[in-house]
Amino acid sequence: MSKPVETGQIIDIDILRYRPEEDKKPFTQTFEVPYTEDMSILEALQHIKDHLDSTISFRWSCRMAICGSCGLMVNGVPKLGCKAFLRDYYPKKISLEPLANFPIERDLVVVMDDFIKKLEEIKPYIIPEKTGDKKCLSEGPHKQTPEQMAKYKQFSMCINCGLCYAACPQYGLDNKFTGPAALALLARYNRDSRDFGEAQRMKIVNQEEGVWGCTFVGYCSVVCPKGVDPAAAIQLLKVESSKDYLIGMFKPE
Amino acid sequence: MSENKEKTYIRSHEPVFWGLFGAGGMLTAFLTPVMILITGLLIPLGIIDKGNFNYQTLHNFATTWFGAAVILVLVALPLWHTLHRIFHALHDLGVKRGRDWQMVFCYGFAFAVSVFVFTLLLQMF
Ligand code: SF4
Ligand code: FES
Repeated sequence: MSKPVETGQIIDIDILRYRPEEDKKPFTQTFEVPYTEDMSILEALQHIKDHLDSTISFRWSCRMAICGSCGLMVNGVPKLGCKAFLRDYYPKKISLEPLANFPIERDLVVVMDDFIKKLEEIKPYIIPEKTGDKKCLSEGPHKQTPEQMAKYKQFSMCINCGLCYAACPQYGLDNKFTGPAALALLARYNRDSRDFGEAQRMKIVNQEEGVWGCTFVGYCSVVCPKGVDPAAAIQLLKVESSKDYLIGMFKPE
Repeated sequence: MSENKEKTYIRSHEPVFWGLFGAGGMLTAFLTPVMILITGLLIPLGIIDKGNFNYQTLHNFATTWFGAAVILVLVALPLWHTLHRIFHALHDLGVKRGRDWQMVFCYGFAFAVSVFVFTLLLQMF
C-alpha cells in the first residue's frame, strides 16, 4: 500500500469494541486518523491497526468489493469497508460498528454461522434432471442462450457479504427467516435452465420462514453492494409460491 | 454436519392473504383516491352534479348484479389489504403475544365485514 499524502487533516473514527475475554459489554473507542481523500474505511482501519492500536480486529481480504468479508455498519448503515470512503463523511465523525443482526465475535468481527447455514440450506448447486439422465462431461458443456442466462445472472452476483441481513428488519426480529441473500441465491438456481431442483427448493420457499417471512421492506436491495436486488428475487419467488399453492390445492401430495 | 436427512417443511397459507392483500392494494392505490376525490371533493364543491348521486340512483346501481359486485369488491378487498398490513405491522412493532389471536381478529374482522356487506347487498334486491 502506498503511503497516503499527508495533508494534516484529521478525521475522528468511533469504533465499537468488544473483546470477550476482558470486556463485559461493548464500548466505543475513538481514533484520530489522518484524512486523505482516497482513503477507504478499510484503509483507515488498517492505519489504526498498524499505527494506533494493534489489538483491533476486523475482517478483510480482497479490498475490491469481491470477497465480501469487510462488511460493517458505517454510521448505522451496512457497507463494505473497502467500498466506502472517508471523503463521503469528512469532516464529520464516522462511527463503525459490527454488522447488525449478527452476534459479535470480537470488535468488528461477527459470527456468520447462521448466514452460512441459510446459504447451505437452499441447495445452492445445480441439481441434474434425473440421476440416470445425467449428462456426462464428455458430452460437452450445457449450453445456454443469452436469454436463459439473463433470467438468473443478476441473482448470481452475490458475494455473501451479509449486508442485506444486517439491513433486514425481519431477520432482525426473527432469525428463523431464510433471509435475502439465501433466497436470491435460491432464485438464481431455480431460474437456471440447467437446474431441475425447483420442486425441492419450493418446499423451502413455501414456508413461513421462506419467502413469507418477508414484508417487502426493500432495504436489502438498497444496501447490496453488487446490485443483486434480493427484494425483487423474493417478490418473484412469492409469485411462484402462490402458483405452487394453487396447484397444491388441487393436487395434494 | 449431522443433517443428512431431509427436514420437514411446513407450507404457509400466506399466499391466500398475500393475494387478497395485493389485489386490495391495487384498488387502494388506484381507485380509493379517485373515490375520495369524487365523493369528498368534486361533489361537495358542486363540480360534479349531485343529482347523479342521490339515494335512488345509487340504490338502483347497488341492486344490479354488476353494481353489487363492484361495491362488494371496493369495500372488501381494501379491507383485507388493510388488515393484512395491520397484522404484519403488529409483528414489526414486536407485539409477540397471541399471534394466533391477532390473526383471528385481523382476518376475522375483514371476513366478517365482507360477509356483512355481502348480505346487506343481497337483501337489497
Ligand atoms: S445479496 Fe448483496 S448484500 Fe446480500 S449478501 Fe449478496 S452481495 Fe451482500
Ligand atoms: S475486502 Fe473484500 S469485499 Fe471488502
